[in-house]
Amino acid sequence: MPESSAQFSFIQDKLGAKVVDIRSAQGDDVLILNRAGLRDSFLVLKQEAQLDFDFLSDITAVDYWQKKEPRFEVVYQILSRKKRQRLRVRVPVPENDPAVESLTPLWRGANFLEREVWDLYGIRFTDHPDLRRILLYDEFQGFPLRKDYPVNLCQPRVPERKIEGTFVDERSANKLLRLKKTLGIKN
Amino acid sequence: MRAEDQDLPVDIMELQMGPSHPATHGTIKFNLQLEGEKILDCDVEVGFLHRGFDKSCEQATWTQVIPYTDRLNYASSLINNVGYALAVEKLIGAETPPRCQYIRVIISELARIFDHLTCCGMAASELGAITAGFYMIEARELITRIIENLTGARLTVTYVRIGGVKHDLPPDFAECVAQTLKTVRRLLDDCDRLLSRNRIFLDRMSNVGVISQEKALSYCLSGPLLRATGVEYDVRKTFPYLVYDQFDFEVPVGSRGDNYDRFLCRLREIEQSMKIVEQALAKLPVGPVWIDDPRFVLPEKEKVYGSIEGLMHHFKIIMEGIQVPAGETYFAVEGGNGELGFYIVSEGGGRPYRMRVRPPCFIAMGAFHEMVKGYMIADIIPTFGMVNMIGGECDR
Repeated sequence: MPESSAQFSFIQDKLGAKVVDIRSAQGDDVLILNRAGLRDSFLVLKQEAQLDFDFLSDITAVDYWQKKEPRFEVVYQILSRKKRQRLRVRVPVPENDPAVESLTPLWRGANFLEREVWDLYGIRFTDHPDLRRILLYDEFQGFPLRKDYPVNLCQPRVPERKIEGTFVDERSANKLLRLKKTLGIKN
Repeated sequence: MRAEDQDLPVDIMELQMGPSHPATHGTIKFNLQLEGEKILDCDVEVGFLHRGFDKSCEQATWTQVIPYTDRLNYASSLINNVGYALAVEKLIGAETPPRCQYIRVIISELARIFDHLTCCGMAASELGAITAGFYMIEARELITRIIENLTGARLTVTYVRIGGVKHDLPPDFAECVAQTLKTVRRLLDDCDRLLSRNRIFLDRMSNVGVISQEKALSYCLSGPLLRATGVEYDVRKTFPYLVYDQFDFEVPVGSRGDNYDRFLCRLREIEQSMKIVEQALAKLPVGPVWIDDPRFVLPEKEKVYGSIEGLMHHFKIIMEGIQVPAGETYFAVEGGNGELGFYIVSEGGGRPYRMRVRPPCFIAMGAFHEMVKGYMIADIIPTFGMVNMIGGECDR
């Protein structure tokens, strides 16, 4: 399409050497970016009136273990509501330093999405305000969506957490003790 | 104010609401910071229903993924089926025949009505409007019966296939739908009169859970949550798929971004969906419901049992899965709660290399603290009700 090729050269001009590749494939526009200065690149895509990609749709990652170098790719789906266009931005991330800049200053919704990528892929997002596990629990070992994580791997059972400063109802605690006594259960 | 009142000690109280709270339909935990009854902060913990949807899909063939998609948003599983099938068809480069596309539109809209009725009915009954809740559940039950009559299942339907739908509509389908929609309209009318100007309902809903337009966009919200703030973003209009561009329907938008606007948006969308269903049934073309391509379609049973070629063909598709060319694609449909996107990476062969769903509920939960901050603890219930968090989709 001529329209998108004009836009492609505009993006190329604006982002310069940060663009690794830009093309249309299978009906989608795909932009491959360097991870250096990623937030600035997204700022251009978001604020430049000619591009106007103001809506972040999704953030996810793909693990190309033993298939591609660098191993990971963080994938962003952004769209322009006014121009009715979608753009997919792929950012290659190497295995030895899996980290990219966080987009939370641009879109606050990136918070949960980036936490999920960290949780399942172990890709860090620098300057993220609150990078914790989200779908899994804190004691979980490893990153399950990596291709080298076996499907049927079992994790050890986690002991009950001690929570500081919680309110304990003594009456119910005593009731429990009495109940245990009558049933003959020892602690 | 008296002097001794001024320096009353005010401690911030931490309260954990959930994961199994009777008034929040769904397993989710809110870690609240309270000052009296006022919410200072809310940390949302999700993931209690996480079952590894993405990882499971990587083990399954392309067709075996369809039942998994049913279990995402089980209030609108038909839309999930349609979205997934469309994403894979985009990767293949196949286009289904017109009749199949119309059927997909009809079932998507029926599922959307189901979804909105679930959301509004539950939210109403949680606020004490049990009557209105039951009326909506009755309307939902009628929709469920149509879906059951069509697919054989009530919730986990697995009706759509890659390249078509499982089978054509039953002969009395149009008649059933017309009758049902008549009853649904009557029930909705009753609900409208019971709720929309009800003082108690208004007090609990309006100006509660407000989120501004800029914040809603910044938090990547979509669906009724975003439209209630006045943004006219509906995937069916902005990026038309199937045959949605051939129907006459509106996208209802609100203005204040509060719970009441969300409720009205959903009610109006039900009306629009019914309009689409009626138009689609009137225009429904005749013809096949499967694409004419033996690479993706199972052969007829007579051929399977009657000839060795048919048997081999059937065996290959079942055991190896349909062969999808290498590539990647993202396809979004308008789900009950917003943009439901499927990002698929294929390395060629019978199984997906990567399956990702853009879950609208999960993203809405990321903005939830913003919606409840500064309100009372009881306001969590209507706000959470209008988000319509479905655990299966949020936690995958």
